[in-house]
Order: sequence, then C-alpha cells, then structure tokens
Amino acid sequence: MEPSTVDPDHELVVRAKSGDFSAFEQLVALYERRLFATVFRIVRNREDAEEVVQDTFVSAIEHLASFREEARFYTWLMRIGLNAAFKRLKQNDRNPRTVSTVADSGDSYADIPHPQFIAPWRDGPVASAERKELDELLGRALGELDEKYRIVFVLRDLEERSTAETAALLGMTETNVKVRLLRARLQLRERMTRALGDESRQLVQHHEHSPE
Amino acid sequence: MKCEELLKALNDYVDGHVDPAVCEEFESHLAGCNPCQVVVDNIRNTIELYRSGVPYEMPPEFHDRLRQRLKSKWTKVFGARKE
Ligand SMILES: [Zn+2]
Repeated sequence: MEPSTVDPDHELVVRAKSGDFSAFEQLVALYERRLFATVFRIVRNREDAEEVVQDTFVSAIEHLASFREEARFYTWLMRIGLNAAFKRLKQNDRNPRTVSTVADSGDSYADIPHPQFIAPWRDGPVASAERKELDELLGRALGELDEKYRIVFVLRDLEERSTAETAALLGMTETNVKVRLLRARLQLRERMTRALGDESRQLVQHHEHSPE
Repeated sequence: MKCEELLKALNDYVDGHVDPAVCEEFESHLAGCNPCQVVVDNIRNTIELYRSGVPYEMPPEFHDRLRQRLKSKWTKVFGARKE
C-alpha cells in the first residue's frame, strides 16, 4: 500500500491486534451492514448472509495477528467475506459443475475476449424466470468469475463505488480497475446471455478481425 | 470505429463517462452494427439484474447475536484480558 493511501482504520486495527475487543467491535460496527448487503447480493437469502457475515468476522479474529495491512482492513475483510460467500454457494449447489478456468494474461486491453453468444434476451426474462432460479444463476455466474475480476465487479457494480475509490481500496491503478471490470462484465454478459438470450435471434459479429 | 475499439470503450459508454466526441463515434457505430448494439444492451441488462432486488438491510437483532458470538471467539483467541 502506498503511503498516500493509509488505511483510515489503521489505529483501530493496531488496538485490536493488541487484544482490545472494543476496537474490534468498532470495526465490526463500521462494516457489518455494508458487508451484509454485499454478501446478501451473492447468497441471496437472509440465513446464509447472516452465517457468512458471522464466519467472516470469526475468521478475521483468527487471522488478525497475521494481517499485515498490505491492503486496507475493509478490503481484507471483504476478501474473506467473498470467499466465505462463494464457499457457501458451492455447498448449496446440488449440481456442482466444473468451473472452467479462463486463461488470461491479466490487465491489458490487448486480449479482451470477444463476445461469443450474442442475442437479445427473451422478453421479460426477469418476470418469467422464477426469482429463485434467477438468483441462483446470478450467484453461480459471479462465483465462476476469477477472484480478481469478481472483487472489482462487486465493488464497482454492486457497491457502486467509483473507479478511483475501487483503485484505492484494492491498491491498483485505475486502468487496471477498468480492464478488470470490462473482463468481468463481458464474462457475466456471456453467461447471462447463454441462459437468458433468445436463440432464434442470435447474431454474429462479422468484422471481428479486419484482415487489413 | 471498429467493433474491437468499441469493446474497449464499452464500460465508459455504459457508465456515461465517455467524452462527447467519442460518444458520437460510438453511437454511429452502434446505429450500423446490430451485434454491438445487442452486446451493449446485454451488458446493461446484466448489471441491472445484479442490482435488482431490494438492497437488503441487516436485521437489527443480528447485530447483538453477532456481537455475542464474536465476544466468545475473541476470548478464546486473545484470552480474557482487560484493557
Ligand atoms: Zn460493431
């Protein structure tokens, strides 16, 4: 972490590490609601969200001593929370499928994957699909994203933070945030369109690679 | 503007952060390229779907249950020291 982005929670973290529960409680009070809202958007039911949030803070207590403050406390907490949330999703999934690992070289615009399945969505997919099915689909698609894209998507599109804020939280450049968000959105688009797209109106992108 | 260039400017366009000159180029490409138009719509729909549903408020009683659980965990890890 650069010196210009010192964690505003640094003092509380230091006190908590020395065994001060009231400092840790203050950190919990600061972030429990935000964490709950984000986790809820992933697991999409109250009981699971509560358990995941609890597991997250329990795990934070267990690992607090080894937290080196290379990231901000909230980012660290969020990563633990996201892992716990996706672990929970997997446990709930009765038909776990093998996750395809997408090879990627990271953070450049050079090799952004082209959209494959292009089709307008069927009319009113949200209205016609069972809300529960839709929630499962959303959660699963997010779970299949590479962690480094997922966290950017969660911060930018679910928590609706700016590019600058997200970059500061993750300790990366704004350009990297943008590239990762693009990859995340394109991959989710692909996934959702395969599930909700109208096959009879599928389109082909003609000029993918201009020969000249 | 080619489809690939459009792809790179996609996020800024979807987020409304594109400067007017680029925006015009973008829109004239979209007007003549149905696949790109559909990709843009798909992305907007996807984001909208993820944001849909009532933003969930943490149940107030959960705060107390959580605190109790964490207090006992804390004591196990750090011991019952007094500050
Ligand atoms: Zn195009």
